[in-house]
Amino acid sequence: MNFDKISRRGVLKGTAALTVGSALPVSRALAADATIGFIYVGSRDDYGYNQAHAAGAAALKKLPGIKVVEEEKVPETDAVEKTMESMINLDGATLLFPTSFGYYNPHMIKMAQKFPKLRFEHCGGLWSDKDPKNAGSYFGYIDEAQHVAGVIAGYSSKSGKLGFVAAKPIPQVLRNINAWTLGAKLANPKITTQVIFTGDWSMPVKEAEATNSLIDQGVDVITCHVDGPKTVVENAARRGAMVTGYHVNQSVLAPKAYLTGAEWNWEALYPRFVKMFTSGETIPNFYRGGLKEEIVKVSPYGDMVSAEAKAKADEVKAALTAGSYVIFKGPIADNKGATVVEAGVSRGQTDPELEKMSYLVEGVIGATS
Amino acid sequence: MKADVGAPVGTPVVKSGAGDFLRLPPFTAKIGGAAEYVVIPAGALLASLALFGIFVALFGKNPLDLYFYMYQGAFGTWFSWQNTLTRAAPLILTALCTALPAQLGMVIIGGEGALLIGALCATSAALAIPGAPPLVVDIAMAVAGMIGGGLWIMLSGALRQYRGVNETISSLLLVYIALAILNFLVEGPMRDPTSLNKPSTPEIGAANMIGSIPGTDVHWGFMFGIIAAVLSYILIYHTVFGFAARVAGGNLRAARVVGLSVGKLILIVCFLAGAAAGLAGMFEVAAVQGRTNANLAAGYGFAGILVAFLARQNPLAVIPVAILLGGIGASGGLLQRRLGLPDASVLVLEGVIFVMVLASDTLYGRLSIFRAKGA
Repeated sequence: MNFDKISRRGVLKGTAALTVGSALPVSRALAADATIGFIYVGSRDDYGYNQAHAAGAAALKKLPGIKVVEEEKVPETDAVEKTMESMINLDGATLLFPTSFGYYNPHMIKMAQKFPKLRFEHCGGLWSDKDPKNAGSYFGYIDEAQHVAGVIAGYSSKSGKLGFVAAKPIPQVLRNINAWTLGAKLANPKITTQVIFTGDWSMPVKEAEATNSLIDQGVDVITCHVDGPKTVVENAARRGAMVTGYHVNQSVLAPKAYLTGAEWNWEALYPRFVKMFTSGETIPNFYRGGLKEEIVKVSPYGDMVSAEAKAKADEVKAALTAGSYVIFKGPIADNKGATVVEAGVSRGQTDPELEKMSYLVEGVIGATS
Repeated sequence: MKADVGAPVGTPVVKSGAGDFLRLPPFTAKIGGAAEYVVIPAGALLASLALFGIFVALFGKNPLDLYFYMYQGAFGTWFSWQNTLTRAAPLILTALCTALPAQLGMVIIGGEGALLIGALCATSAALAIPGAPPLVVDIAMAVAGMIGGGLWIMLSGALRQYRGVNETISSLLLVYIALAILNFLVEGPMRDPTSLNKPSTPEIGAANMIGSIPGTDVHWGFMFGIIAAVLSYILIYHTVFGFAARVAGGNLRAARVVGLSVGKLILIVCFLAGAAAGLAGMFEVAAVQGRTNANLAAGYGFAGILVAFLARQNPLAVIPVAILLGGIGASGGLLQRRLGLPDASVLVLEGVIFVMVLASDTLYGRLSIFRAKGA
């Protein structure tokens, strides 16, 4: 084999490709009124957190004059800063959605300071008035949807034992566990939720083990708060347990086991943001909402859900949508017996105390540390 | 890589085997041989790109577009260059964590653990002296990070030397222990109570952050990586210590026979290797994150293994290889955005390059063109 000749030809070919390439303008494929960049921490078909955002991005692609560029599996390091800069420099993006929680500080803040004329929108609700004005952070009260799903779970459980596979004992996760359990207790005050923390956001093996171990303990309805609920949903369905989903609708994965679920509704929010952006209006720096603001939604109920469960869930959902219902309404005790919300105290969604949640309510079996 | 080192035990190894031990001969000595070390990997790289082009063509994309965007994303503009070098910065240091012990014939793959421990130690040092001037804080962070990372990998070396534990397995398992320690400290004793939904240590403070190399936005970790790589090269190829290490790596029994203290060599080299990865962790804190949290476990330590093997464990070759992999990472985003390729396609390319470079090892010494000029 004449390696020398092949190698030389390869070099020539490569050089030719580079020369032709360099002559072309960078943004030849891009011609739009606004280019919007989306950055995901995982893969955008994870049946979870990232897919929910990708669904929102897909809704934007339908708008006239809007070009969407996307990048997945970007770690929460300076790599995300470079991805943002690359979208700005090479694609001409003027509005960016770095969607993972850990992208905010210091990465997105740094970019917002470096490009003061561009707009940065982060998912996580972290913006404070010390942060740049061209940065924003939005989030949804998904515990409202979890609460409704909890009602369905409570009515659907025959054993009176529910299971929750969770990533980390942080306030957002604890709030979902508590809201879901409080919902289930509306159906059955004696019901329990066994919680298992896996320790990280994407741990498929541990999530499968946790699901199996919950079912072995007699749990018959399971939900989760991890980045990709696929593992939990599929394993639970295979073992004959019911599930309520999270992030997106997972009913296609387990049509016979999927009762309902708490979903993000980014496909409603993002077009709203982009319309504000293209019309020159300022997107609020701090933007939050729940069912009422259509930032979260509840999956359509499965066929196996009883009429009684549907009626109660719809009642709660209607009250939450109307704003006349408070999930964390005293008296509430934690699972160690201490009172965490006094009788007569209503902690509504905007209450900052809820942001610091560090307890599991009575009925939850598990510990935060 | 030891197959060609066949000096029999008891013979004067130092003299007869000297040429074989020098994996990369001094440039002045053998131009032909040196050219071989450039042309063969470059050929393997081009072959990988061609193969990847076919792979992409099978998905209905134009390979010429692929090459153009790769070039554009990695080296096509000044911004792309900075993107590439930023991504290369931690890889040079973590690659040394594998390349240095390799001189002793050890396969250490636990650079990620040393990076995490280095980051934790560096953060602790900064938090321990809150009022000190920034330069003092940064030096303390670097020293703490290097000691922490160094001791971590030295542990693997000691386990091998004194208890006969395979260093590859122990260093890999120590990564998971390091990650568990990091998570425990960050979510427990070292947690900043205001870091609600993203458990983190307190910040080291904006004043203590290390800036960028002037005129760029590449942080200083890149420069320190190059310095560390050059120092490692000098240590390995131009000092008695390095020579002793390579003798021990080539033939352990021969090294013992000639009276080298192999245990000491193993511990020191492992410490230096871990110190390099620990320094990478320190820069991730001091130049990028500003604090320690789970974000630090971004896989730089594992990418470093790839860099070290592609560089054939040569500390100098680590620099261009790290830049190459940084470039592939930098262009990966553009491939996703313009060609709609999934993120995994970059991993496919890295895998193809890895296999090609390893396979091309068999060509060394077989190409007549180099033999004619060289030996």
